[in-house]
Amino acid sequence: MPRTLYDKIWDEHYVGTRDDGLDLLYVDRHLLHEVTSPQAFEGLTLASRKPWRLDANLATVDHSIPTSNRSSGVDGIEDSIAREQVIVLNENCKSFDIHYFNMHDHRQGIVHVVGPEQGATLPGMTIVCGDSHTSTHGAFGALAHGIGTTEVEHVLATQCLIQQKSSNMCVEIQGSLPPWCSAKDVVLALIRKIGTAGATGHTIEYCGEVVSKMSMEGRMTICNMSIEAGARAGLMGIDDTTIEYIEGRPFAPTGQLWHEAVDCWRTLNTDSDASFARRTTLDVTDMPPQVSWGTNPELVIDIDDAVPAPDDFADSAKAETVERALDYMDLTPGMRLADVALDTVFIGSCTNARIEDLRQAATIAKGRRVSQSIKYALVVPGSGLVKKQAENEGLHEIFMEAGFQWREPGCSMCLAMNNDKLLPGERCASTSNRNFEGRQGHLGRTHLVSPATAAASAIAGRLVDVREYIE
Amino acid sequence: MTSKGIQTFQRHQGTVAPLDRANVDTDQIIPKQFLKSVKKTGFGVNLFDAWRFLDEGEIGKQERQENPDFVLNDSRYRNATILLARRNFGCGSSREHAVWALLQFGFRCVLAPSFADIFHNNCISNGLLPVVMDEVWIDQIFEDATQDEPLTMTVDLQEQRISYAGGNATHFSIDPKARRRLMEGMDEIALTLRHEEQVRSFEKEHRQRMPWLFSSTG
Ligand code: SF4
Repeated sequence: MPRTLYDKIWDEHYVGTRDDGLDLLYVDRHLLHEVTSPQAFEGLTLASRKPWRLDANLATVDHSIPTSNRSSGVDGIEDSIAREQVIVLNENCKSFDIHYFNMHDHRQGIVHVVGPEQGATLPGMTIVCGDSHTSTHGAFGALAHGIGTTEVEHVLATQCLIQQKSSNMCVEIQGSLPPWCSAKDVVLALIRKIGTAGATGHTIEYCGEVVSKMSMEGRMTICNMSIEAGARAGLMGIDDTTIEYIEGRPFAPTGQLWHEAVDCWRTLNTDSDASFARRTTLDVTDMPPQVSWGTNPELVIDIDDAVPAPDDFADSAKAETVERALDYMDLTPGMRLADVALDTVFIGSCTNARIEDLRQAATIAKGRRVSQSIKYALVVPGSGLVKKQAENEGLHEIFMEAGFQWREPGCSMCLAMNNDKLLPGERCASTSNRNFEGRQGHLGRTHLVSPATAAASAIAGRLVDVREYIE
Repeated sequence: MTSKGIQTFQRHQGTVAPLDRANVDTDQIIPKQFLKSVKKTGFGVNLFDAWRFLDEGEIGKQERQENPDFVLNDSRYRNATILLARRNFGCGSSREHAVWALLQFGFRCVLAPSFADIFHNNCISNGLLPVVMDEVWIDQIFEDATQDEPLTMTVDLQEQRISYAGGNATHFSIDPKARRRLMEGMDEIALTLRHEEQVRSFEKEHRQRMPWLFSSTG
């Protein structure tokens, strides 16, 4: 019977069905960070349990660490509760003997940037992490699920995830991507089309010429935001681009094993006659840059569209959501986002803090100045290695000369667990993935955009059409 | 509660609090500043913090300004144990802290037309009953729960039935495996470890088929 990539990875990892009818899926890679792991480690300790397989685990610190003044290390974390969280992860990784990139390690960074960059994310793997954006790793043809803390403990103790098989959904991205539209614009347009619950219960497989031509960075951006469409996971087929990206990375296989692995990965793609429970297509030809105006990631418009009115929506729940969002975002129907002044700009997060994202932003920033009206504009690389690469290319100088701040790697203002946060009422153009109320700071207002749009908006002091910035 | 301290659910009677918003995300249920705690307890006081209070919350902050317009501060719903919500409840972050906060605040059950997947799993792991109901029914309950007198409802997981005074009652469906986990509050790790041999032999074959998955050292 023809199978999808999802079916194949499932079959390859299906251990069996428990006495109570629940399926067990073997987990190849478990990524850990400081926020969702402490209670899981505590659970293991209380029950005198040990991790099942140490070499499957990789931990890093990202969510609550500061992105400046790292020199005094853990002691330099001003917030005592955040400091304790980092100390607890340090101690847990030490006592359980878990491979760990601490805050001084040059490989430290956002967990979903670090995994692929290290080659710890491989095609055909099952990957879990106590973080919803684990879907990112699907760009490599790996089945990657975000899980809760109880499941983190379960995976640590048993190497298995209790799962129910999801349905297959195919998203075909057709046409050709216009210049200065990026993977971020594509995924925002998709969520706008199918909604925040549009893929609930499904694993999305993305295909189509736009995806085939896309870099791994772009593919990761799309898979990353699958969760914002409610999907269980996002997946992409394995091709030369995937394999070239992985070759030579520290955790990747070498020598004979590399060749065996590549031969196997090539067989994992969806069979041509496999069927999907659902299919949808998105044509991106002539698509303008996308920007979110509201408080969830489906409230997105073209940069040159007018802000919608509640009456534009027949569905009463949606109309009510729109009304609340207009109020929270302090916008009125019919207005242009280009007329709204920004307070801050954030370029970072597991969606858009990889080298390609920084290059795109730097191309726009080069030789220009951040507007006087912007309080601050942050560039936060996704990992220590991304930071180093960017510095080798001189991108940090471009950003700093333009007036951006160049920070240490971490989640930063994506969720504002550290000092990088919006003040009440402040408005931000952000390359992150969630525009929920208060996500970037209490009563803060977020507009989700691509790295290029974020950079152009910093220069303009308002949301702009990045195409105006191309000579 | 089971001996392992896992909350179980059989039958519950309580007041219904109507939270009339779609797409309530886990960032709202428990905002990020409370995720710095390394414990599993203490989250209830900050449930829906940015909606329940006018001032910005922090861990341990004592003096708070309540938001009189938020439904959970309405005297009718202060002791509510059943939360009525709209579609796609619990979307966003995987933080299990959201479920801990709801339980620790006193909620035992959430009724909604649909839930986000990870949140739904987290509910089952912790003994918070997620009841998926038809939108028509949810609309009806919203109407009944917003009268002068608060609505008292009985949720019976054994019978898969909700009922309330005025005579209204309906059946709800739930995955039988989820139902059993909620009713018995089992130690999931212990249940999986009953299959320890099976996992070991799977692992051995898996290693033979895909040895590169076991060779990485970084
Ligand atoms: S960058 Fe943002 S979305 Fe990504 S892992 Fe960190 S907090 Fe989560």
